[in-house]
Amino acid sequence: MPQRTPLFDAHAAAAGKLVDFAGWSLPIHYGSQLREHETVRAGAGVFDVSHMTVIDVSGPQATAFLQRLLANDVARLGFEGKALYSAMLNPQGGVIDDLIVYRTAWDYRLVVNAATRDKDLAWITEQAQPFGVTVDERPQLAMLAVQGPQARALTRAAAPQLAGLIDSLKVFQGLPAGGWFVARTGYTGEDGLEIMLPGDEAPALWQALLQAGVAPVGLGARDTLRLEAGMNLYGNEMDETMSPLAAGMGWTIAWEPAGRDFIGRAALEAEREAGVAHKQVGLLLEGKGVLRAGQTVKTPAGDGIVTSGTFSPSLKQSIAMARVPAAAEGRVEVEIRGQCEPARIVRMPFVRHGQAVFE
Amino acid sequence: MSTTVPAELKYVDTHEWLRLEADGSITVGITDHAQTLLGDVVYIDLPAVGTRLNRGDTAGVVESVKAASDVYVPIEGEVVAVNEALVDMPEQVNADPYGEAWFFRIMPADPGDYAQAMGAEQYKELIGV
Repeated sequence: MPQRTPLFDAHAAAAGKLVDFAGWSLPIHYGSQLREHETVRAGAGVFDVSHMTVIDVSGPQATAFLQRLLANDVARLGFEGKALYSAMLNPQGGVIDDLIVYRTAWDYRLVVNAATRDKDLAWITEQAQPFGVTVDERPQLAMLAVQGPQARALTRAAAPQLAGLIDSLKVFQGLPAGGWFVARTGYTGEDGLEIMLPGDEAPALWQALLQAGVAPVGLGARDTLRLEAGMNLYGNEMDETMSPLAAGMGWTIAWEPAGRDFIGRAALEAEREAGVAHKQVGLLLEGKGVLRAGQTVKTPAGDGIVTSGTFSPSLKQSIAMARVPAAAEGRVEVEIRGQCEPARIVRMPFVRHGQAVFE
Repeated sequence: MSTTVPAELKYVDTHEWLRLEADGSITVGITDHAQTLLGDVVYIDLPAVGTRLNRGDTAGVVESVKAASDVYVPIEGEVVAVNEALVDMPEQVNADPYGEAWFFRIMPADPGDYAQAMGAEQYKELIGV
């Protein structure tokens, strides 16, 4: 039986259509994925992301450990509260997971994916040993993501005690408030907050948010929102066999200082030297149908593959992320149900703050 | 949320409904149960008028935000009309599956075939409502 988050009863009360997601019973939608998507673009929605894994790392060697563990450099976190997006690589340069790391008063907090929890914890614990740091999972924490142009205003209304903290946070920062942790981060391309709090306090915050006018939003809309925002999904755009250089994550690799020997560095340097064979692009479908993961992308430079595809509720047409040969550009064709349909390579993101931005 | 299964229609196990028209043609759409499972419908592909189809052939595609699904031919015959308006307003499949969101009309090769399709009670049993 799938695990339940502290908000299981709240989802049922809100008519959530529950599905098994990475071993968790979570809502795919609460009636209409399209309406929930539009609400996040225009107002504010709340997602239950309590299935994600929160890991605190502390100890005198914590910084040195994360500089070894992560492809991005935590030395860039110049002050308490700053957050950083990074890949965690294997020695072959494949992506074990993508994560957000916050600099905190107790050193660092990592937030990793749900589906990769067990392997992440095993890997992190193993790599941590020589550094003598403490790796502390926080399964008692629930996590709510409030996203949309109205997200911060409505969260202030729902939780007045957080108002000062919410106003002080700049984008990609997060700070504790008692036993809670409030971050101005997200996965939708909109402004918003991610709030970690003890599970037994989560239903009250959920109710207060709904009463303030925040709509409950399911995992279905979370996927269309993140795809419009051009954000990678672990297992689709990247996995342990995939280099971050081919998955549009080159910007997250901190090559300097050259002496920082992070796991996977040698493999990535060799790949960069030899020339990266593939690149990640956005696709806009000009033909008929809907782009879906796994479809073949035919380009003059060779075949590629759609890694995530959907109908974009904001643009009213089908969009995708794809991995194609590095030389591919311009017009391509995608094989949809046996037919070759024209598509165009575009720069991502597709949508930013509710507006089309791909051209 | 209750699923609607109009008593006056016929059904097949691939979740299309059939309605007998005065001229002997059969109007075909997908059931309320099917549209609920699909979720928000965003794209429709329909057969061409004049196409001859066998029972079980793929007559079109209905794609929701989450997945693509085939629309099957419930009865052998020739396509005599298609609902072009549905291509521009695929969301009608969710809003009005037995009304505005009909897919196509087929003139049956054997008028007796219609009687072979399931009645509403049998279809309800199939989908467990």
